[in-house]
Formats: sequence, C-alpha cells, structure tokens
Amino acid sequence: MIRLEKRPTPSRGWVLGGPILAVVLTMIAGGIMFALLGKDPFEAIRIIFWDPLFDERFGAYSRPQLLVKAGPLILIAIGLSLGFRAGIWNIGAEGQYIIGAICGAAFGLAFYPSENVLIFPGMVIAGAFGGWAWAMIPAILKARFRTNEILVSLLLVYVAEAILASAATNWLRNPDGQGFPGSRNLARHPGTDNPELIANSGMHWGVVAAFIAVIAAYVIMNRHILGYQIKLAGQAPRAARFGGVDPNRLIILCLGVSGALAGMAGLFEVSGPSGLISIDFNVGYGFTAIIVAFLGRLNPIGILLAGLLMALTFIGGELAQLIMGIPAPAIQAFQGMLLFFLLALDVLANFRLKWRREAVA
Amino acid sequence: MSALLEIEGLTKAYPGVVANDDVSFSIQPGEVHALLGENGAGKSTLVKMIYGLVKPDRGSMTLNGAPYAPSEPRAARASGVAMVFQHFSLFEALSVAENIALGMEHPPKPRDLATRIRDVSETYGLPLDPDRLVGDLSAGERQRVEIIRCLLQDPKLLIMDEPTSVLTPQEVEILFHTLRTLSTQGTAILYISHKLEEIRTLCDAATILRLGKKVGECTPREVTAAHMAELMVGKSLSVPARAESPPGEVLLQVSGLSLAPASPFGTTLRDVSLEVRAGEVLGIGGVAGNGQDELLAALSGETTVAADAISLKGAPVGGLGPNARRVLGLLCAPEERLGHAAAPDMSLTENAVLTARLRQGLDQRGFVNWGAARGFAQRVIAEFDVRTPGPDVAARALSGGNLQKYVIGREILQDPVVLVVNQPTWGVDASAAAAIRQALLDLANGGAAVVVISQDLDELLEISDRFCALNEGRLSPSRPARGLTMEEIGLMLGGAHGMHDIHAEAAT
Repeated sequence: MIRLEKRPTPSRGWVLGGPILAVVLTMIAGGIMFALLGKDPFEAIRIIFWDPLFDERFGAYSRPQLLVKAGPLILIAIGLSLGFRAGIWNIGAEGQYIIGAICGAAFGLAFYPSENVLIFPGMVIAGAFGGWAWAMIPAILKARFRTNEILVSLLLVYVAEAILASAATNWLRNPDGQGFPGSRNLARHPGTDNPELIANSGMHWGVVAAFIAVIAAYVIMNRHILGYQIKLAGQAPRAARFGGVDPNRLIILCLGVSGALAGMAGLFEVSGPSGLISIDFNVGYGFTAIIVAFLGRLNPIGILLAGLLMALTFIGGELAQLIMGIPAPAIQAFQGMLLFFLLALDVLANFRLKWRREAVA
Repeated sequence: MSALLEIEGLTKAYPGVVANDDVSFSIQPGEVHALLGENGAGKSTLVKMIYGLVKPDRGSMTLNGAPYAPSEPRAARASGVAMVFQHFSLFEALSVAENIALGMEHPPKPRDLATRIRDVSETYGLPLDPDRLVGDLSAGERQRVEIIRCLLQDPKLLIMDEPTSVLTPQEVEILFHTLRTLSTQGTAILYISHKLEEIRTLCDAATILRLGKKVGECTPREVTAAHMAELMVGKSLSVPARAESPPGEVLLQVSGLSLAPASPFGTTLRDVSLEVRAGEVLGIGGVAGNGQDELLAALSGETTVAADAISLKGAPVGGLGPNARRVLGLLCAPEERLGHAAAPDMSLTENAVLTARLRQGLDQRGFVNWGAARGFAQRVIAEFDVRTPGPDVAARALSGGNLQKYVIGREILQDPVVLVVNQPTWGVDASAAAAIRQALLDLANGGAAVVVISQDLDELLEISDRFCALNEGRLSPSRPARGLTMEEIGLMLGGAHGMHDIHAEAAT
C-alpha cells in the first residue's frame, strides 16, 4: 500500500524539479496519445513546444502571440494570487476583465476623435477603476453580510457579459459601423491605441504592466508586512486576528487589487490585440488565469513562468491542429495532462511516499 | 495471584525517536496502576499499544495468561480492555445515550440503553441523565459519558489518560470514589498522569517512564512526591523563587465586562471585574470552557469591548485592537499554541513578526526587516532555551513544550507592562514548566503586572499573589493565594458543578 506522509518542511528539490519533470512526463504521455492517433509523436511535441518560437515559417507570426496571450493571464493571475494566499476566492476575474474593458473603452470613446496623449493613461485608470468597482460588490457583501465571494463573484461574470452585449450592440456601438455590433476600433485610432512597443515582439503596455505586477507582487509578498498578513490570514486565520490583522480590510484589499488588475488587463486587450468592444470580446482569460495562478503555486515568479507555459501550449496546440490535423480535443487532453502532472508532482513537494506492506494479522 | 496484564520488553520506534524501549511491567487484577512520566516519555505510545492503536516493533503482552496482540481497538475491547481518552470524542448536538450508542458494536434499543446507563451510573456513583445534550454538559460530566461508555462493556482493564486535567477538586474526589469502587470489584485501572499527589492518594503501584525507558517502579503511598518527581525528570527540580515586594500602582483594570460568545457553544462573560498591580501575579483558576478563551480574547483585543471596560494604567483600551494594545504594553499569550499564538507553517522568524513587530521595530514603513526579526527570534531561542535547530524551522516542527517556551519568551522579551497568559504550562514537561513559571515571576519582580489563567491549581498557588476563580463566565472576587486550601479553591470553582457524590452521602 502506498501512503502519503507530510514532510516537516516542503522539499526544495521537488518544488523546483517537479515542474520540469511534469513537462517531461506530459511529453511522454502525450506522445503515446499522439502515436495512438496515428500521428508522429516527435513531430507533434516539436510543433507544440518548439515551433511556435523557433520555426522559420510560423515563428514570425506565433512568437509575438506568446506575450500577447501570456500578458493578460499573468496580470490577472498575479492579482488573484494575493487573494488566494489569504483564502479569499475571487472566481469572477472574467467579469472584472469585461467591466474594466468597457469602462476604459467608454472613457476613450468619450473624447473621440481627440488624440490627446493623456487619453490613454486615463483609459488605463478608468479600466482599473471598472474592475475594482465590479470586485467591490462581492467584497462589500462578504465584509458586511458574510456572503460567499465565490458565488457572488462568479455570478457577476454573467451580469458583466450581459452588460458587454448591451454595450456592443447599443450604447458603445460604432456610429459609422452600418449597424453592425461592436464599438469603434480603439487600436486603429492614435490616442486610444495600445500599440506594439517593439516591432514583432508582441510587447504592449499590458505586458509591461504584467511584468511590473510580477515584481511588485514579489516585493510585497516577501518584504512587506502586507504580504506577511496575507499569508498569515490564509494559513492561520486565528493567529492573524491575534496578530492584529483586520479580516474585512484584507477582503476589501485583496478583491480590490485583483479586480483592478483584471480590469486593466481588459483595457489593454480592448485597446490593443482585440481592438474593439464586441459581443464575444472575452475569451476566458479570467478563468484560465485561475489555473495559471495555481500552476505558478501562487508565487509571482511561478505565475510568470506558468503564464508563459500556458500561452505556449495554446499557440503550439493551435499550430499542431493546423499543420498535422490533430483534433482539438486531443490538444485539450494534452493540456489537461500537463496540469495533471504539475499538480500531481506538487503533492510530492509537501508529502513523501511511503511504501508499506499490509501487515499479516 | 497471576497478573492480569503482563508486558514484556515492548519496543516501538518512530523515525528519529524511540518512543518505547524495552518496557516491561505487570498489572494485577483490581490494581490501580499509575503510569508516570513527563510529556514525551512514551506513556501515550505505550497505552496505544495496549489498546491496539499502535503495533509494537518488538515485545509481547499476555492478558489473563493468554498471548495478547490486539490489531485494532475493537479487538482490545473484545478482550476486556477499555480506554478513556484525554480528549473526548463526543458529539455536542447529540444526547448522552445517542453518543454512547454510537460507540457500541451492537447498541441495544434506546429504552434499554437508557436503563442500563442509569443502572451503571448509580452503581458507580456517576449521576448522568441519558437524555441530556452533551453540548450542555460540563467537562466533568462529559468525562462521565466516556467512562460509562467504557463500563457498559464490562472491562477487566480500564485505561485512563490524564483524567483529572479537566476536573475541579471536588469532581476529582468523585472520580476517585468511582475508580476505587471499580478496583474493589476486580477491575484493574491503568492511570496515566503527571500529578504526583493524585497518584499518591489513588494508586497501588506505579511504573515510571523517562525518554521511552522504564526508569523505576514504586509503591506511591510509601515514597514522597519529590522522590517520584526526581525519577520522572531525572534531576531535582527547583521550586520557583521570588522576592517579596509590596505591590505598586494598578496597571490593568477590568470593570463590569460582559460579553456574548462568538460561537454557539462558547461561554458568556458576565460582569467580570479585576485589577492587577505592578509587581503582582494574579492567578485565575477554572476548568476549561468556563470563559478562559473569551476573557483572553477580550484582554488581547481580538474582541473589542466598551472602551472603559478595560483600562491600562488608567487609560481606556477596551475599544482598541490587538496591535494598538501591544504598543501600549498589554501583551498576551493564548492557550492554543499552534494556529493562535503561532502560525504552524511559518518559521520562528516569521512568528516573531506576528506579535513583536511594533514593539521591537521589526519593520520600517511597512517593509519587514527580516534580519532584525531573525535576530529577535534568535534572542528568544537563546534566552528561553528553546530546543530547535534554528529560527528558520517551522513552528509545527517544535515540540509543545519548546513552542510554548518560544511563545511565552516572545512576549516576555518585549518588556510588557501587563502580560496575560492562558494555560502557560499546558502539556509542557516539568522542567520547561518550571522555567516558564520562573520567567513569569521574574517579570513580575521587574515591575510588570502578570495575569495567569490556568487549570493547574498547584501552579497557581505556587506563583500567584492573589487568586480568583472563573466559573461559567463569572469571575469570583480575588483572595490572597497564600494559605488557600484546595477545599476553598474547589468551592470557588463552583464545587462539583451540581454533581454530588453518592458514596459520600451514603456514608453519612
């Protein structure tokens, strides 16, 4: 019989080596699956992990996509990780992302067609405010009435989607768009655009913001009393109260920060890669970021790497569908394997396996 | 007379520690046998092996002349071995009879069971109403539920793990009556304790363990408590000493504090008033669950109350949170070490920041100075003899006694004006307990006011200047501790909580 025994302190070797081993195991298990589907496993693995970055034909298109896709994931996941560390579960980042995009876009379009340089910074602030305000709904309800923030934040995603549909078809619709749904294109208008900062890199202001968020979160979690209090509240709520941490203040703060970052991510997306408010503007970054946060073990550096890895498998997966005709469900199964192995090996960082033979009575 | 239970060379090793090393002794039928030792001496492991919870690595046991190797508690119970644990496993929302039925292999019909519970409780002088909810019972009454659950199985050997730690002196008397009755009827009792006087009054024989080894055997009535203590600890203990000094100004004053509990089974504090002067130790005795946690939370600031209900050096602090009170010099050490006084998964350095941040200046404009925090943790470790590889070890890796020394030391080294400690030596071995008591006395000698909340009455009599009792959320007026008898203290603690001793009544 196999038994798990908790380690006194997490194993450093497994914390660092586990993810690498998980990627190797995914390649092996995924390779077997691709082989069973009649595809060349080595080519498939190469296309997923290597070609998006280094292939001569596709690299030029897919390389920038890495940062474009990873940017919002990382930015949102960093915000979520603060709350998750404190035991405050914001599941509704997708909704805060949508509201942030709408508020930011509305701010920019209000000044159309001005090209003033202050408009874009104003849009960023408006986007962050929108996400923050949307997150304050579950935050205040939880602090005041002890409602469950998981349910409230999640259900508000669907409210946000309804508001998005109304904005795209009605009050933010492009007046010159011949009645088609969707706002004016912010990315093609100087003053409201979030341009690629370095040609063919995919680097836009949202990616810059994500990197800043990673560094800020790292400093807060490791050096600042706030990060200490967040960890304390998550690990030992009673000790946190004894240590003078006000739980309500932490709820407002953690939900507020994660909402503001998700709102900013939405604004950077609508003014850059996406370009406009449309009915299907949101593609699930807010939900995928939850996975990214846990994949990165709620650690800022881990989240940075997890966001990049997640983006890579998305791009590589699309490429493998395109080039080799691997069915989309197989790609999803492959991504699932990666998550499975990462989380399974994570157990070994905190527990050790004990082999014990059942004693003969 | 042949032995009921014979234990031969029992050995059990865990990774890194030998819990029991070649332990042998025997128990006669009807004997009350004490198993004596400090925390970590291996008492629990030994009885777990007898009760079938742990398998020995080596050694053998013989019960009534037949080989005995229970593979699980059920097998032990079938052979006539029953155990009352220190921590009760009862459902508060169920009645006494329902709780007892849950622990039985083949529970009889509810009405029959109620009758049997009444029979057993009358035979052994343990009055208990089968229909009452366990949530409404006192700790002493809950223990009776556990004992009756065992007695219904008609055991030949009853194991009791630290049974008196939750009882008032009067309740202890009743328990001892019951145990003596059982013993005269031929039931052997294995009695685990570190309270020497109890063992001297109750037990016929004693086996003493130290660091997993049997270090001696004695007949408790024929030796002194000091002799047993030396066998148990391996060295002679010094009694805490303090210089007499007249008390100074009033530092902490609580007046008319009433507080509803935060949880449904908590205790309401009713009109609690107390005052402590500089250089004074106030002892608050009482059985657990009578409002100790609630009182500590109100004093620490985890629960805020009306501003003038609590005042420090004359200034109202009742409305302030824990950190604001710390800045003013009111420090606390709660009972629960892991999860309340310290975060289990955090290192000792991180746990130093938990309460010492403001008074020790461990942060600058919100940024933690981890070097300073580490230095403070190291100072606590060095000055309070905390046995640990270093300040980077997680709190949960420390033994209970060592973590307690760390938690108390962390507050004392912050030079408090008033220190409130709840159960400072609970589950701490004798030498560490002596060190903690001495440190509290030294603190008072240095001019601080100290409030000690404890269930250990001997401890309170040893160190406090004044004594008061906390019973069902009410605090008695204080009395000078010197000269108080156990009888008087027992009455202050609410006597036997409405329970009475059938034997004593029958005798009169």
